[in-house]
Amino acid sequence: MTEPLVEVSDLGISFGDVRAVDGLSFALRPGAALGVVGESGSGKSASAYALLGLHRGTGARVTGAIRVAGVDVMAASDSELRSLRGGLAAMVFQDPLSSLDPYYTIGDQIAEVYRVHKGGSRRAARARAVSVLDRVGIPDAARKSRSRPHEFSGGMRQRALIAMALACEPRLLIADEPTTALDVTVQAQILDLLHDLRRETGLGLVLVTHDVGVAAESVDEVLVMRAGREVERGPVGVVLGAPRERYTRALLSAVPRLSPTPPLPETLRGSAPGRDPVDAAGDPPQTPFAPERRSSSNAGRAGGAGEGDSQATAGAGRCGDAGVSDPGSGAGNCASGHARSAAEPEPSEPQSLPTVAGHQAASESHPRRVSGRGGVGEGSEEGGVVLQATGLHKTFGRGRTAFTAVDGVSLAVRRGETLGIVGESGSGKTTLGRMLVGLLRPSAGRVTGTGDVQMVFQDPVSSLNPRRSIGESVADPLRARGERDDSRIRERVGELLQKVGLDPDRYDSYPHEFSGGQRQRVGIARALAAEPTLIVCDEPVSALDVTTQAQVTALLGQLQRELGLALVFVAHDLAVVRQVSDRVAVMRQGRIVEEGEVDVVYGAPKDPYTRQLLAAVPSLDPALAATRRAARRELREASREAAPEEVAVA
Amino acid sequence: MSEALLTTGAGVVAPAPGGRLFWRRLRAQRAVTAAAAVFVLLVLVALAAPLLTALEGQDPNAFHPTLVDSASGGVPIGPFGGISGEHWLGVEPQTGRDLFARIVYGARVSLGVAFVATLIQVALGVALGLFAALGGRWADQIVSRVTDVAAALPMLVITLGLLAVAPASIPRPVLITLIIAGLGWFGTSKIVRAGALSLKTLDHVSAARLSGWGTWAIARRELLPALAAPVITYAVLLVPTNVVAEAALSFLGVGIKPPTPSWGQMLTDANTWYQAAPTYLLLPAGLLFITVLSLTVIGEGVRTALDPRAASRLRVGTRKGLKSRKPLRQSPRKSLKEKAS
Amino acid sequence: MTGFTGFLLRRIAGAVFVLLALSVIVYAVFYVAPGNVAQIVCGERCSPQQVALVHDKLRLGDPLYLQYGHFVQGIFAGRDFSSGTGMVHCSTPCLGQSYRTDEQVTDLILGKLPVTGSLVVGAFVLWLLIGVGTGVLSAWKRGGMTERLLTWLTLAGTSTPVFVIGLLLIIILCSTLQWLPFPQYVPFTDNPQQWFWGLLLPWFSLALIESAKYARLTRSSMLETLAEDHVRTFRAYGLTERAVVGRHALRGAVAPVIALSALDAGTMFGSAVLTETLFGIPGIGQQLVQSVRTVDLPVVVGVVLTTGFFVVLANAVADVLYAMADRRVVLS
Repeated sequence: MTEPLVEVSDLGISFGDVRAVDGLSFALRPGAALGVVGESGSGKSASAYALLGLHRGTGARVTGAIRVAGVDVMAASDSELRSLRGGLAAMVFQDPLSSLDPYYTIGDQIAEVYRVHKGGSRRAARARAVSVLDRVGIPDAARKSRSRPHEFSGGMRQRALIAMALACEPRLLIADEPTTALDVTVQAQILDLLHDLRRETGLGLVLVTHDVGVAAESVDEVLVMRAGREVERGPVGVVLGAPRERYTRALLSAVPRLSPTPPLPETLRGSAPGRDPVDAAGDPPQTPFAPERRSSSNAGRAGGAGEGDSQATAGAGRCGDAGVSDPGSGAGNCASGHARSAAEPEPSEPQSLPTVAGHQAASESHPRRVSGRGGVGEGSEEGGVVLQATGLHKTFGRGRTAFTAVDGVSLAVRRGETLGIVGESGSGKTTLGRMLVGLLRPSAGRVTGTGDVQMVFQDPVSSLNPRRSIGESVADPLRARGERDDSRIRERVGELLQKVGLDPDRYDSYPHEFSGGQRQRVGIARALAAEPTLIVCDEPVSALDVTTQAQVTALLGQLQRELGLALVFVAHDLAVVRQVSDRVAVMRQGRIVEEGEVDVVYGAPKDPYTRQLLAAVPSLDPALAATRRAARRELREASREAAPEEVAVA
Repeated sequence: MSEALLTTGAGVVAPAPGGRLFWRRLRAQRAVTAAAAVFVLLVLVALAAPLLTALEGQDPNAFHPTLVDSASGGVPIGPFGGISGEHWLGVEPQTGRDLFARIVYGARVSLGVAFVATLIQVALGVALGLFAALGGRWADQIVSRVTDVAAALPMLVITLGLLAVAPASIPRPVLITLIIAGLGWFGTSKIVRAGALSLKTLDHVSAARLSGWGTWAIARRELLPALAAPVITYAVLLVPTNVVAEAALSFLGVGIKPPTPSWGQMLTDANTWYQAAPTYLLLPAGLLFITVLSLTVIGEGVRTALDPRAASRLRVGTRKGLKSRKPLRQSPRKSLKEKAS
Repeated sequence: MTGFTGFLLRRIAGAVFVLLALSVIVYAVFYVAPGNVAQIVCGERCSPQQVALVHDKLRLGDPLYLQYGHFVQGIFAGRDFSSGTGMVHCSTPCLGQSYRTDEQVTDLILGKLPVTGSLVVGAFVLWLLIGVGTGVLSAWKRGGMTERLLTWLTLAGTSTPVFVIGLLLIIILCSTLQWLPFPQYVPFTDNPQQWFWGLLLPWFSLALIESAKYARLTRSSMLETLAEDHVRTFRAYGLTERAVVGRHALRGAVAPVIALSALDAGTMFGSAVLTETLFGIPGIGQQLVQSVRTVDLPVVVGVVLTTGFFVVLANAVADVLYAMADRRVVLS
């Protein structure tokens, strides 16, 4: 048949002593799409860069053979390479803002690239720029082509970058994490755009991503990479549907899903974190509690039979149920409340029959239960409320530059439950979280609560002081409370470290000796040291790889069960929130647009924005992805003004 | 000059290497070792000035009219400005004062003024910078406005003006030190303020707040250790600036007043004698150059040693896995003001 | 464009605020702080009667805010002074009258401005050419001998006080080699050729120091820009290295440098005093040194305010230049 568009054999890339890519081979037919999937450090981006010979002159050592669109990249002269770059194969980068020159207009930048490869007059090049901008869906392209990158929103910038890639009609598009910096609704739009472009122009695509869902949405073939090597390669349906390799299965099972019932046979969630083959370092032993809990709920409660595997995480937030549904256990913590329910069958209270595994179907068939639990602060349940926020507003700046981040939010969190707060960037969710713990003072409204409120932060790098040992960081709340006895402090910190699954003897280790997931565990230990009743988790797993994510969320759930903590889980990832929360609040532009039981909100969203968000989440199932895409198109056409990306241009 | 902070990119103070690693990195730079040796020698000379002159057997202020040729207007008698066993570097034209003694005593003044001024500048800068960053909106407004206005002041001109109205009762070196210090703390305070503000947004500082520590405990525990690196870097580079400032004032005839010797002031006098007595000019000029150069090289070395990104260049203490996984949001191009200072 | 106009207005308002603050500070420091101004003006040997006379003449008995008011009024609307024989009008912008010569400060300064201006502008052009040139060169030739040499040269340059380099230049070029005449200022209007030759050495001494600083600045700015993502983008789109550096790195790298140089040119009006003293150029700086020695406060205040004005102006120009190069600044 025809020559492959891309042919890579035995590719090796080394930076100094570090071998980033080792013995990688793959091929791509013209017009086909390959997804290169891997966690950070797997060498996926380095491989993509090598396709265009971008390592030349950087000191990296590249071995093996690379042919792209008939050009031998390893042997090509500089000028041959230049005509390949952008002319035959074009690249789209992760961060669209920094990837465009801030000093020139978008149109000029595209025109410049066009003229380099195709020559012609400036005028013709500008006309071409406008036409490709129009093609990628930038409204009023002629006028917008005279804007500079900072005048575009994030999604528009990525469209502009794709337009630049299209300018010279290349045969191959290499996209390096093209949607990682974008919100989920915008991500869906960009992926749809790539899909349409491929269908219309027969463009080949190499899509590099850490997000299995993004790959499932967009490619025909998947290459799973780990530590510079290929793990598994094959058609997307096969690899994601019936993975052969253990790592692929672990990776897939770690991906949080929107659907409450994971169909995969081998999942991380049922097993303890730490059993995971990928990152076993410093993970907690399985709590003896979980299976017992599972069996008790299965036996004692109506729903959930046969769904045991999904409970360790999904059920993590549920221990509040016991306390709340049992009026007598007002002061009892989660463990005691639970122990009681395990010991004696649940008192019959049909309206509060919680389905522990949280099936969509079950919740839909129990509307009364929903109304019973949804109404926070109702007379019968007042004992459980640990934090109440009323009419919170937060405005930054003054005068014309004032910006209202949070605009009238009221919520309540009860003992032992998890409230998920989900929203896209700029929705005010982080500001809200910071007001709940008291790091920010509300402009109006107030937060009342019982007991201490602590926080687990997003960035595992900056959340620990690099100059102090992790033991000292964990001991911070103890010392601040006046504890001066060093041996007592060490003992307590050791307990806490153990509790979060770290070696209790690592008091004197420094943050840089730990991985991202372990640092998050340290952060959790520090929060626990203050013996809080509530922990606000601000995107606690968004900086972590997916397998580590699953372990950290499992840990949070486990601790919640043990300690009867209330959690507020702030995140942009709908699936993660789905997995950990009892109730969820969807935020947009500083307001809560929808709030309720997770099953209800995810199963039957009432607000159009929630629907749009849910429709945008990539699916692991390629067939489902196709139907979702169609649904998105309908949604977009139905409510064009509701799509923020299409209208909001700075 | 605030590049120390700026080099870390998004305005975030990156963790600098710890003490031992810092010294290893510093020593890995040969030029710095050499500069440090030169500088230590200069400091020793300044400290031992009375000892050295006693050894030579000369007094810096004693006139020797017999050693200069009054017929030619005061040119030193003898080769190379009258170098001899008694006068190791010759004598001053016109007065015949011993040059070696004046040079070593001049080193005391030049270095002393520069050091003390730097210390005051850094102390003031750190205190006011922290005050601005942590003292609330008004504190920040006031300190920032003052700094803004100060940035617009023609400092040399103001200094000259201040010297005109300053009471004569204050000893001149003290006065010069105070004026240099009083007009030169803005840079440090800007660095400290910017650093503290950016550190304040870091999660570990928020965590410390949630732990229950007060503002000043946080400043001491979380902020100051992180600010040490940029402040030290800046301070080391302030010293040569202050050396030049003192020399410039004395050169203009409004700084250190005779008979107290100072290198800058010697240069003024030498200005008219360079043809007849070149050593008289070359000595203070050369010493000034060497002092400033060695201090600048040390300052650059300190900066490199404290710069987390420089590790690979020096190939000392390279650590893998220190970089953050998630790319930080692209910072807007650093502001001009920061660059300018 | 409204954003830009707003930015401009904010910037001008800021400049006016700084100037007002400057005038208050300067007034307080020079007219209030020294204590008995009349005694200083009159001299140590004046009799009490003479001092009292001066006191009245300078209206030092008025409340301070009134004195300051008169001072500011003079700047914006002119004012009258009583001289020995009668009233003398001092027209806008009036900075007062010299205590020593009774000359009007404004005239005095205006007379000196072209001199200092000649020095600063010439040096400015030179240091930009030399500094930015070497900076770009050393960033481009990274890692080679050229870079090492330039690094040490610029380090030496920044370490040399201007009066040292000036002296050495005079000795070598004028005295020993006799290639150049000894510097002497001749007004441009009198003889352009002599003006040029007379200023050549001062220009070079000033420019060498400044260009060393600019070479370093340009180099680091350039290296920083070359590491930016958008430079990578254009490499990945097949542009030649020349086009990448010339079009997409140079502009970003040099824009802040040019803007900063505007700022330095303003500052230079004050700090040229060293060069002026060294080369005997009768500019503002030299005037200032002389007035400081004779405690001629109105002249000192006038010079401080004038140079302050230039710095503030340059500051504003620099900001605007920068904002024009990079519109993102306007938004923040």
